[in-house]
Amino acid sequence: MGKLTSFKRSLWVFHASGGSCNGCDIEIIAALTPRYDAERFGIKLVGSPRHADVLLVTGAIPRDFADKLRRIYEQMPDPKAVIAVGNCGTSGGVFYDSYNIVGPIDEIIPVDVYVPGCPPRPEAIVDAVVKAWLKLEKLEKQLEGKEE
Amino acid sequence: MAKTTYYVPIGPIHPALKEPIRVEAEVEGEKIVKVDVKRGFAHRGIEYMGMKRNAIQTLYLSERICGICSISHPYAFVIGSEKALGIEAPPRAQYIRPIIAELERIHSHILWIGVIAHEIGFDSLLFWTWKGREKVLDVLELITGNRINYAMYMIGGVRRDLKESHIKALRDMITYYWEFTEHMKEVFLSDPVYKARTRGVAQVPKDMALKLNLVGPTARAAGLRMDIRQDIPFDAYADMDVKAVVPQDIVGEVRGDAYDATMVRIYEIEQSLDIIEYCIDNLPEGRILAIPNYIALLNKIKKTAGEAIGAHEAPRGEVVHYLKYDGTRDGPSVWKVVAPSYNNINSWGYCLLGAEVADIPVVVAYIDPCLCCNDRVAVVRDSTGKMLDYSFIHKKAVEKTRALEKELGVRK
Ligand code: SF4
Repeated sequence: MGKLTSFKRSLWVFHASGGSCNGCDIEIIAALTPRYDAERFGIKLVGSPRHADVLLVTGAIPRDFADKLRRIYEQMPDPKAVIAVGNCGTSGGVFYDSYNIVGPIDEIIPVDVYVPGCPPRPEAIVDAVVKAWLKLEKLEKQLEGKEE
Repeated sequence: MAKTTYYVPIGPIHPALKEPIRVEAEVEGEKIVKVDVKRGFAHRGIEYMGMKRNAIQTLYLSERICGICSISHPYAFVIGSEKALGIEAPPRAQYIRPIIAELERIHSHILWIGVIAHEIGFDSLLFWTWKGREKVLDVLELITGNRINYAMYMIGGVRRDLKESHIKALRDMITYYWEFTEHMKEVFLSDPVYKARTRGVAQVPKDMALKLNLVGPTARAAGLRMDIRQDIPFDAYADMDVKAVVPQDIVGEVRGDAYDATMVRIYEIEQSLDIIEYCIDNLPEGRILAIPNYIALLNKIKKTAGEAIGAHEAPRGEVVHYLKYDGTRDGPSVWKVVAPSYNNINSWGYCLLGAEVADIPVVVAYIDPCLCCNDRVAVVRDSTGKMLDYSFIHKKAVEKTRALEKELGVRK
């Protein structure tokens, strides 16, 4: 197998919302729209986890949703990175004592970058994606090393 | 016989849906012959948590029911709590509250208009409308300190005062949006493609809208004159003459489709601008909190018993909070939330039957669904006081669906 060159061009992101309040979700869209314009770096939301390099997860993950999140994660090709956006995804936030919450997200799938804030600003979300990018580059090098 | 229908599951995770819900459709060629909607993927048990916390904590929890309506839920909550506890907000607070609520309506409606443009394939329009939306978010941030989840309201008033600089920013914003809505009317309402794509799609006639219990812009698009701000006015809304925006007043006819819903929302933005202008022109002087000390407030709550319903017209329709304080703890002993999307999702089944697969996103989007608002648990007691368990309610729900199916002529 040759070099993995896809990240050098662009980063595709899949967004899964699990029991979020929507605040983080609209900030993610806001990060893509003209004011913050993450698309100029080639960061793009895609419609299927199979096409994605990065998984953005928001929300505190209700019981019903946990296995679906796991399935999404497993469908993503390696190397992959996961970003937990928002307080409720990173720690449970205001929903910490709910009977129907099985999160935070890192109890269900491994998380690489945490973005605290309720909701975080779009700048913080773009920053998190850049951090995930660095991690992907590292993973990519490892993978290439193994292949040789 | 060969199978002629195909089963198309949509969701719970789907790019057309920003939030988890599942629509199951059976299609015959392009036609949808059977639909089922499954919800509940975003249930977080908020009411239960609220009944364990104190009222101020619950107020901020109510903000997190929905990040887009993060003013509407607290608004209904404070209105209900004030009624139940016998607290009255000072006049200045009563004028500041509608300003923030209308700012939220502007950002929410513009958000919706962008989403519907995206659903029918006009991505550049999504970007254009969301660029326009940043202006109101800037003003909200200036006044409240955050873009979403403002923590602005308090039982008995508001937490932050309006300064001269805020009022200036509001006036700038009003000028900006009068131009922007004119532009939006041109881009959306006069565009032949947009018209062709939304006319007749997701059409709900008036009597059906009543039957399905639709609320908010969805009901107004069908020609029903209903708006909490007009029907049960509160705060500064009582001082002005808020009238429900309906298509028959704008163009003289009602069709109740996605095009009418767009029109209603654009004109409601203009109505919001008028309301904000009225409020800043007539802003009374004085205090902003009835009980500025939160400990004193909590102590009062602990000693007061009462129950009340608070209602507010959220961007998507009426939001109703029922609150009961029993005078023994500093938070509500019963808290029940009814969010508008719950009613509006009823229209999906009706609109999708017989529609084309390509219309699913429009139908799904036209009510501006907000699922985090509506995934609630209902515990119903029958007249003997017996708790009805979920399987029973579910059976009832299924029976009702079947009955409705028969009524609507769905093939089994
Ligand atoms: S972190 Fe806050 S804003 Fe984001 S989804 Fe959770 S409750 Fe909503």
